[in-house]
Amino acid sequence: MLDSIWLVIALPVAGVLLNGLLGRHLGRAFVSVVGVGVVGAAFALGAWAMTDLAALPEAQRTFTLPLWDWITVGNLQVPLTLRADALSLWMVLVVSGVGFLIHLYSVGYMQHEDARMFARFFAYLNLFVASMLLLVLADNYLLLYVGWELVGACSYLLIGFWFHKRDEAQAPVTLMDGTQVTLPPNLNPADSGKKAFIVNRIGDFGFALGVFLIWSTFGTLNFDAVFAAAPQAPATVLSAITLLLFMGAVGKSAQLPLAVWLPDAMAGPTPVSALIHAATMVTAGVYMVARSHVLYELAPGSALVVALVGGVTALYAAAIALVQVDLKRILAYSTISQLGYMFVAVGVGAYAAGLFHLTTHAFFKALLFLAAGSVMHALHDVIDIRRMGGLWRKMPLTGLTFLVGALALAGFPLTSGFFSKDEILLKAFQFSPGLWVLGLATALLTAFYTFRALFVAFAGQPRDWPLYEKAHESPGIMTLPLVVLAMAALLGGLLGLPAVLGVPNWTADWLAPVFDTHGLEAKHGVSAATEWLLLGVSAAVALAGIALAYWFYVSRVDIPARLAVALRPAFVFLANKCYLDDLYDAVLVRSGRQLAQLLAQGLDKAAIDGIIDGTARLLARGGAWLTQFEDGHIPHYALGMFVGALLLVVYLVVR
Amino acid sequence: MSQPLGFPLLSVLIFLPALWAVGVALLPRERHDLIRAVALLGTLAVFGLSLWLWFAFRPEVPGFQFAEQTPWVAGLGISYHVGVDGISLPLVVLTTLLTLLAVLSSWKAIQEEVKTYMVLMLLLETGMLGVFLALDLFLFYVFWESSLIPMALVIGRWGGERRIYAAIKFLLFTLAGSVLMLVAAIVLYLWGGNTSDLPQLLHTLPGRLPFALQAWLFIAFALAFAVKVPLFPLHTWLPAAHVEAPTAGSVILAGVLLKMGAYGYLRFCIPLFPDVLPYAVPWLSILALIGILYGALVALAQEDIKSLVAYSSVAHMGFIILGIFALNPPAMAGAVLQMVNHGLSTGGLFLLVGVLYERLHTRQMRDFGGLWARVPIFGSFFILTALSSAGLPGTNGFVGEFTILLGTFQVNTTYAALATFGIVLAAWYLLTAVRRTLFGPLALTDGRLSDMNAREVVVMLPIVLLFFLIGLFPNLFFERINPAVEALTSPAVVSVTYGEVE
Repeated sequence: MLDSIWLVIALPVAGVLLNGLLGRHLGRAFVSVVGVGVVGAAFALGAWAMTDLAALPEAQRTFTLPLWDWITVGNLQVPLTLRADALSLWMVLVVSGVGFLIHLYSVGYMQHEDARMFARFFAYLNLFVASMLLLVLADNYLLLYVGWELVGACSYLLIGFWFHKRDEAQAPVTLMDGTQVTLPPNLNPADSGKKAFIVNRIGDFGFALGVFLIWSTFGTLNFDAVFAAAPQAPATVLSAITLLLFMGAVGKSAQLPLAVWLPDAMAGPTPVSALIHAATMVTAGVYMVARSHVLYELAPGSALVVALVGGVTALYAAAIALVQVDLKRILAYSTISQLGYMFVAVGVGAYAAGLFHLTTHAFFKALLFLAAGSVMHALHDVIDIRRMGGLWRKMPLTGLTFLVGALALAGFPLTSGFFSKDEILLKAFQFSPGLWVLGLATALLTAFYTFRALFVAFAGQPRDWPLYEKAHESPGIMTLPLVVLAMAALLGGLLGLPAVLGVPNWTADWLAPVFDTHGLEAKHGVSAATEWLLLGVSAAVALAGIALAYWFYVSRVDIPARLAVALRPAFVFLANKCYLDDLYDAVLVRSGRQLAQLLAQGLDKAAIDGIIDGTARLLARGGAWLTQFEDGHIPHYALGMFVGALLLVVYLVVR
Repeated sequence: MSQPLGFPLLSVLIFLPALWAVGVALLPRERHDLIRAVALLGTLAVFGLSLWLWFAFRPEVPGFQFAEQTPWVAGLGISYHVGVDGISLPLVVLTTLLTLLAVLSSWKAIQEEVKTYMVLMLLLETGMLGVFLALDLFLFYVFWESSLIPMALVIGRWGGERRIYAAIKFLLFTLAGSVLMLVAAIVLYLWGGNTSDLPQLLHTLPGRLPFALQAWLFIAFALAFAVKVPLFPLHTWLPAAHVEAPTAGSVILAGVLLKMGAYGYLRFCIPLFPDVLPYAVPWLSILALIGILYGALVALAQEDIKSLVAYSSVAHMGFIILGIFALNPPAMAGAVLQMVNHGLSTGGLFLLVGVLYERLHTRQMRDFGGLWARVPIFGSFFILTALSSAGLPGTNGFVGEFTILLGTFQVNTTYAALATFGIVLAAWYLLTAVRRTLFGPLALTDGRLSDMNAREVVVMLPIVLLFFLIGLFPNLFFERINPAVEALTSPAVVSVTYGEVE
């Protein structure tokens, strides 16, 4: 099967062509079968390839498949080569597996679209899957970059899918003292997509320079060749390469300071938020750092930057999530925060832990988004949790699966999120207790905001009765993926149980040949007692966060209201997303546009073109002035000739 | 390698359009559809011939192929000398394709004096093909000038409101440049031992020209080409010409005429004056960089979508000039490919703007908005073309930009970084154009707006297919471009300019 690994990309591409060109004539059923089927087939082929790879001895588990010579110019040679190893096939399964479930769900979710839009949606979604699979199967940095840009373009198209919609105002929050806090409006889909693309391009500016630097340093872009030559490269160059590449990751994975695009990306259809903006695309940055681990190990300064950016972003986004009222945006900030955890992991060298959390997060965050989508489906796109309440009774399956997702996100003991987050916290603790504290504080906030959303939306009494009355459980094609993902979110922890339990950690073992971390683990090992203690602290923090949320939003709902008054400045600050959007808008966007206006009107039109047109007019006037000497009087011409000749003679003599 | 087909393919290619123009001129004036059909047939035949040339061309053979040389002004040592290499070949095919599409796109847009229009388009094609295939300085000059007049007439007769102003501006700018070129050509002719034959000059000149003279000649040529490209600050004729020109005029102008400037640098400035390059490269590179960033920002400020595309040309041509003067194979081959890419992407954008203008009679983006819901086929083509122009991987634009930037990075990281920032700005102005045209609530109040018809789809289809063909299999082009570029970037030239580059 490994020889045919190109099929996992080709199949979704075939889906794109079929649904994109003909889909609107072929009917929904056909579009659905093709759109969902190709991703399912890609998953099956990926799983088959994985068993083939597993059958090989560990040292030989890297399979490369050259397809064709893509770019050959001078000494630049970039072949189009795919690489199937433990890491890339792992990602293939995550992407196509979660992707398959989300495609299935979309058949129900997008049912209200007309035939053209329905087909277009699946064409885009398939294109995304193909691009993402290319990204993870790439064998060199340029091909990785190709996939990287393509998933960005798909993200752009899908965020702006409902391109006709306008900004949506959010109702202000009325505090207990009667004052109101206005909330920023939700940006319209078209501008959100554009914003996502441009912010990503800023990150990719760094990524591209990183790729150029890799080539000028190593003369190749091939992963293995670069990694083999890396130890001989100067440390400063490696630092520069890794930081530039990380700049791309900061954009793609929405970390500080480029995190601003992801919350607005929620303007896209919810399956898109689940697939692209939670489970897969945004994790590409984590994958890229893990893939380049050889370089980051040789540039510890850069690795530290990765971990710190991740840690700070995790806390920042969790704090903002505390006060959001838009269910999808709570989840979006949560995604930014959880991606921060993953960067902490790969920054401190715990690549397997990072990948493990990437995987469990794909399960439970896709689940949470799809459940949120199920709520939106029931409430006619209402997403403000202040208009929900008591939904548990109307949509029990959605409520139950949301609960499972929430438990996993909060790190409730024995769920998948508990084990994967704990693995990261353990590695962070080994690296530096400060980083561990940062991660633990984030974990507390995470448990709190997750259950705040859960309690407000699903528990208690309905706040908007007419809306509540209309609510209904979603059809089976939407709830089935919810149930499957809920199982994965609940049991996914089995893939990476902590070492202290004395059982094998399948994730770490499977990925060990790629990361070659057998030796490293032992070096920083902590005692079993410490590990148990850390596990206990993690569990306690998760339970404390959940309990606090219960106390605040179920038993004593007056407390958060009072707190908002008491801590008004902090509340306003967080409600306005730390004013980061406003800052960029003022400093970059508006001044950029002003500069553009100034150049266009002042310099281009007035100065440059003005001088040129002015010169032309002057010449024309000069010509008109000269014509007065052509008056037809021969003596005047003779005089002119005489003067001219005289001047010529004078010139020749004086010279 | 001369005339392997047994007949002078290049001469037929160059003069068939002019001959066809004579035929068209003989048709009855009022038979518009007949005139259009005959003209289309002619451009189709020329395109077919150029495809034949493409496949008959042998990538592995160095130097000029299909060369023809016969004395022209025998007493003065001026000959009719034409030939094709890997640099001119892609541009020849680009020219014939875009002329074909331009004629097809004019079907409805041009309703007055159709005959004169088609005759001019065919004459223009002869001029452009001659420019890319001439191997004699004076022959080149004659073709250069002869491509100028039909275009100026097309703008001046079939253009918009300020067409006369735009046509005269276009004419004067280019003439001012080409006068300098003519003087320089005469000087070269005299110093080269009374020959204007390019291969011969390349053989005899090295070591003969004093440095100061080389510098002056370089400046004269470079100015003529800079106007054509156009390089900042000689670009202001371009938006004027584009905005006023009819759609087909804009397509040819952006698609082919601008390339004549870049081609001139490759064909004359670099090989003829290698000693000047170390001094000239920083100037030209910096002007190219200004073009990239300045063109992008000014594009962002435009309200008229045609004007936006025109300024985007300034930015894109900046990439091409930057790539040429990086003087290494990846950047220079990338620049040649990017000439084709820009012809396709920007030509495509102008065609699409024309589609809108024919229906709505406005080019102001404030009058658009939400059009994708009404004209989905148009919308899909527009987004694809904009993304190709923004250098999306998988399409042609990416390969060109990437190779140019990577090559530039080898010689100057600052230039490369600034130019790379240009692609951020490119995304900004292109997506702004898409946003304001296709997205948002529908702005139209008038109910009538039809989607692209079959003819318009047929015009765009080859362009879009080429986006992907070049994006996925760029080596189809590179294998032809590379040998010619490697000759130009021989170590002798480069080491003088940049020192030893690994």
